[in-house]
Amino acid sequence: MSASFHSGSQPPLLYDGYRSTLRRAPSKPLIRLPAALSDLREPVHGWWPIGETDNDLTRQHAEEPQGQRIIVTGQVLDEDARPVTGALVEIWQANAGGRYRHVKDDHPAPLDPHFTGAGRTITDNDGRYEFTTIKPGAYPWRNHDNAWRPAHIHFSLFGSTFQTRLVTQMYFPDDPMFDYDPMFQSIRDDRARQRLVSRFDLAVTRPEWALGFSFDIVLRGDSATPFEDRV
Amino acid sequence: MSEDTLVATASQTVGPFFHFGLTATPYDRLVDHFSAGTPIRLTIRVTDGDDLPVTDAMVELSQAGMFGRMATDADGRCEFETVHPSPATGHDAARRAAHILVCVFARGLLRHLFTRIYFRGDPALDDDPVLQLVPEERRHTLVAFPGEILDAPWRFNLRLQGPDETVFFNV
Ligand SMILES: [Fe+2]
Repeated sequence: MSASFHSGSQPPLLYDGYRSTLRRAPSKPLIRLPAALSDLREPVHGWWPIGETDNDLTRQHAEEPQGQRIIVTGQVLDEDARPVTGALVEIWQANAGGRYRHVKDDHPAPLDPHFTGAGRTITDNDGRYEFTTIKPGAYPWRNHDNAWRPAHIHFSLFGSTFQTRLVTQMYFPDDPMFDYDPMFQSIRDDRARQRLVSRFDLAVTRPEWALGFSFDIVLRGDSATPFEDRV
Repeated sequence: MSEDTLVATASQTVGPFFHFGLTATPYDRLVDHFSAGTPIRLTIRVTDGDDLPVTDAMVELSQAGMFGRMATDADGRCEFETVHPSPATGHDAARRAAHILVCVFARGLLRHLFTRIYFRGDPALDDDPVLQLVPEERRHTLVAFPGEILDAPWRFNLRLQGPDETVFFNV
């Protein structure tokens, strides 16, 4: 057991650079629950089935969306590098202009009538998933003066128990906005930061069709150190 | 944990715009028509350190392995249909009070939070081994209370921050 080994690999709840944490982060310490009492390892089920175009965000409308077509694929693993099979992977993202299909997004970039920006799939027997989509644009937010989020795709993973639940964001290689982004900066450990950055992958790239990016995701193991101890 | 384990992927906030991706189809029923028990509705209200409603939270529940997921509304509320959970006995034969597991996400939460909902009036509350780990003056933050009129929903206040903030667990 070496919790300190992973120190800084998860973001803290309170992070000054990200203003919304100031009134939302709990102020009292979280209470440690022994694994035997937590109940979070019991299997959870009950979501609806996956549709045929749920993992291809370019085929959900009559025409194709604007933007750079990309393939995002990878393997979902636990901390011992074992594939996590049958995990529900959900993604959502802005369109090529950096606008979300959401009533509260007032960024003055056009909506694309041919792009919703949401996808779902289930990992296969090797823990692998794949989405076809378009590269999302960067977008401004009001966290601080002239604040922009690096281009990203939101990921939600449900590995069948609450214990391994994860919501995260996937970034693209060499984004110049990393240095200015409090979300990215809230993670202190450099290996953990790099784990959130997808890799351009020529082997995934499909000739004369789409660029490929690889993004592996590591879920905590069933008996692993709590996130709070890795901040 | 040895040094050759992989670094787990870091959590990042769900942000304010998750609805079309995660809650377009609400999972507001944790039961089906065959579930045993007394049907109840359960309203959860999420508030912040200024006691303002958190209008962009996502609340996930698990009860007896059934999954629920709802976004909060303009008043910070979401409502689920379920049955009054039944008490369980642990491997150690200790009495466990009936409860529902809660996982909450929101803009401003860089990581999700885990808590539990217990029910007022449950005779097992005093013996529950998890509640015993919680300082006595904070235990009430984990207990839902019934509506004032018959058949009104049970209510649970999920206070992210503040003097009476909900107990969250490190698991
Ligand atoms: Fe975003």
